[in-house]
Amino acid sequence: MDLYEYQARDLFDAHGVPVLRGIVVTTPEEARDAATRLGGGLTVIKAQVKTGGRGKAGGVKLAHSPEEAAEKAAQILGMDIKGHIVHKVLVAEGADIAEEYYFSILLDRAERRYLAMASVEGGVEIEQLAVERPDALAKVPVDPQVGVDEAKADEIIAAAGFREELRGQVRTAMLRLWDVYRDEDATLVEVNPLVLTEDGRIIALDGKVTLDDNAAFRHPAHEALVDQAATDPLEAKAKALGLNYVKLDGEVGIIGNGAGLVMSTLDVVALAGEPLGVKPANFLDIGGGASAEVMANGLDVILGDSQVKSVLVNVFGGITACDEVANGIVKALEILGDAATKPLVVRLDGNNVEEGRAILAAAGHPLVTMVDTMDGAAAKAAELAK
Amino acid sequence: MAIFLDENSRVIVQGMTGSEGQKHTRRMLSAGTNVVGGVNPRKAGTTVEFEVTPIGAGAASVTEGTVQVPVFGSVAEAKASTGADVSVVFVPPAHTKGAVIEAVDAGMDLVVIITEGIPVADTAEFFSYAEARGVRLIGPNCPGIISPGRSNVGITPPDITGPGPIGLVSKSGTLTYQMMYELRDLGFTTCIGIGGDPVIGTTHIDALEAFEKDPDTKAIVMIGEIGGDAEERAAAYIREHVTKPVVGYVAGFTAPEGKTMGHAGAIVSGSSGTAQAKKEALEAAGVRVGRTPTETATLARALVS
Repeated sequence: MDLYEYQARDLFDAHGVPVLRGIVVTTPEEARDAATRLGGGLTVIKAQVKTGGRGKAGGVKLAHSPEEAAEKAAQILGMDIKGHIVHKVLVAEGADIAEEYYFSILLDRAERRYLAMASVEGGVEIEQLAVERPDALAKVPVDPQVGVDEAKADEIIAAAGFREELRGQVRTAMLRLWDVYRDEDATLVEVNPLVLTEDGRIIALDGKVTLDDNAAFRHPAHEALVDQAATDPLEAKAKALGLNYVKLDGEVGIIGNGAGLVMSTLDVVALAGEPLGVKPANFLDIGGGASAEVMANGLDVILGDSQVKSVLVNVFGGITACDEVANGIVKALEILGDAATKPLVVRLDGNNVEEGRAILAAAGHPLVTMVDTMDGAAAKAAELAK
Repeated sequence: MAIFLDENSRVIVQGMTGSEGQKHTRRMLSAGTNVVGGVNPRKAGTTVEFEVTPIGAGAASVTEGTVQVPVFGSVAEAKASTGADVSVVFVPPAHTKGAVIEAVDAGMDLVVIITEGIPVADTAEFFSYAEARGVRLIGPNCPGIISPGRSNVGITPPDITGPGPIGLVSKSGTLTYQMMYELRDLGFTTCIGIGGDPVIGTTHIDALEAFEKDPDTKAIVMIGEIGGDAEERAAAYIREHVTKPVVGYVAGFTAPEGKTMGHAGAIVSGSSGTAQAKKEALEAAGVRVGRTPTETATLARALVS
């Protein structure tokens, strides 16, 4: 889960990372009140969107008074930044910035450890810096068994070339940011920029944090960070039913077992649908078991998508037997009754496939078409969605 | 021959007394896997009874009936009593790190981690721990490894196909089964599901290296999916080091940016980790890449017939 800047700021604050005071608001009036509470002086109004480049898009503005804070908030709220609509702004204390730096800790998948990156040339797009001036970006591997301790922080500081007089403060900030990374089970903690203020303080001015969804079980507080409003309603419904569903923009609903097979099914449908102008409507993995209830829930979610014109059920019976899956489909259609209105193409293969096909044939449901191969089933489902 | 796992492998099951552990221990025994023990500190000294029905290519070595498998208090005790060298882990995510570290400390040669949903920080930590001690991990979040007719460790259905000339390495469980099924008339030396998490033990490259050395493997099928750059790295490795024919398949061309597609590691971030980039990298290394699993199987078939 990617966090908003204000959520990252809160986590930083909770772990002792130096940040500026800030209040997140959703209306110009609240922005005025927030600016007043922050002292009535200079504030920065920042769009809260989970994408980069908001500064260039006009999503960050200075305000010199509470009145101006309200005006600027009004300009920013509702703005579309790369397809992200701004619903919240952060009203943050202003600061006189002397210098800007960069620091991040992230999961390095390829090396199977962590990577700390730092630069004394911050405030720019870091991908750009990495390409244009790679020497200016220090990259230091971090052992997952050790983490960022004082020695590691000093190594990063030396590699990045922080000036002597800043090292104490920067070291402390890095150690606290490591605390955020470790204690919150993050896979990314990025500060851009980390700034030196005119009065000599090191402050994390903007933060980006990604949390590991697999670690949610040991962080009950993270549940509150989920942006319910931005979650697709069908995805929310599927999640509540314990289904792994991703909404896409297309006409062929997809149900399958196993993440890889379902991804593959989307691709095969996209391929078959291309000449017909038809695309897959969703990703839905019902996992190893395929009980009638799970199948009914899956179909219910998919048929809730008004764009869907046909549904492809693609199951390989590995541990699950195809006869169980076939019974699941038949019972699911009974449960749904008149709510099931779209044609269903079913492809079964693997364990007990003959029994499974026989069950579907015997049921003879008018909406169900059986096709023996995955490619053939995808073509049929695409044709029915045309 | 087979890679990483054969008929001499002596296997213990961590989490054998749980429901998944029991279910799959019975299946492994039925497939001819030499399961010599289970581990559960609270049930040490007891035995678990399994009703075994021979199944799949390893069925010849299995006798129908009841098998008693002893439960040990620790992996170290299990190893001391049974000479086990492989452990398969079914324990829940919150306890997996401890289980893997225990298996590594006990001196297992191979630890296969089936568990899905492990925090990546835990995996990074136990991987680093195992790597420093020279212990091979497979997984997590994987179906395990099967050398058809010899041994099956994990949850791969043992009755899809038998031994043959193909080596298979895949990030996905069901695509592994699908490919085994498509090529069931040919059969496999070993099929490894390496798992769909961002951090995994055995990689595509590790499997490619072992298949290249295995005299019985005549062709290799490699299945990848979106996320990370493991396939690109594998492509570079193939170009330099693999002389056997390789065909590839990559899932996730239609996955939207920024969405996790079922597997924790299956995510396109910005412009990195796309299926297109992986396909292009593999093709540039001389690997023929199928557009569908069936087309991939057809390409593989052409290589060995």
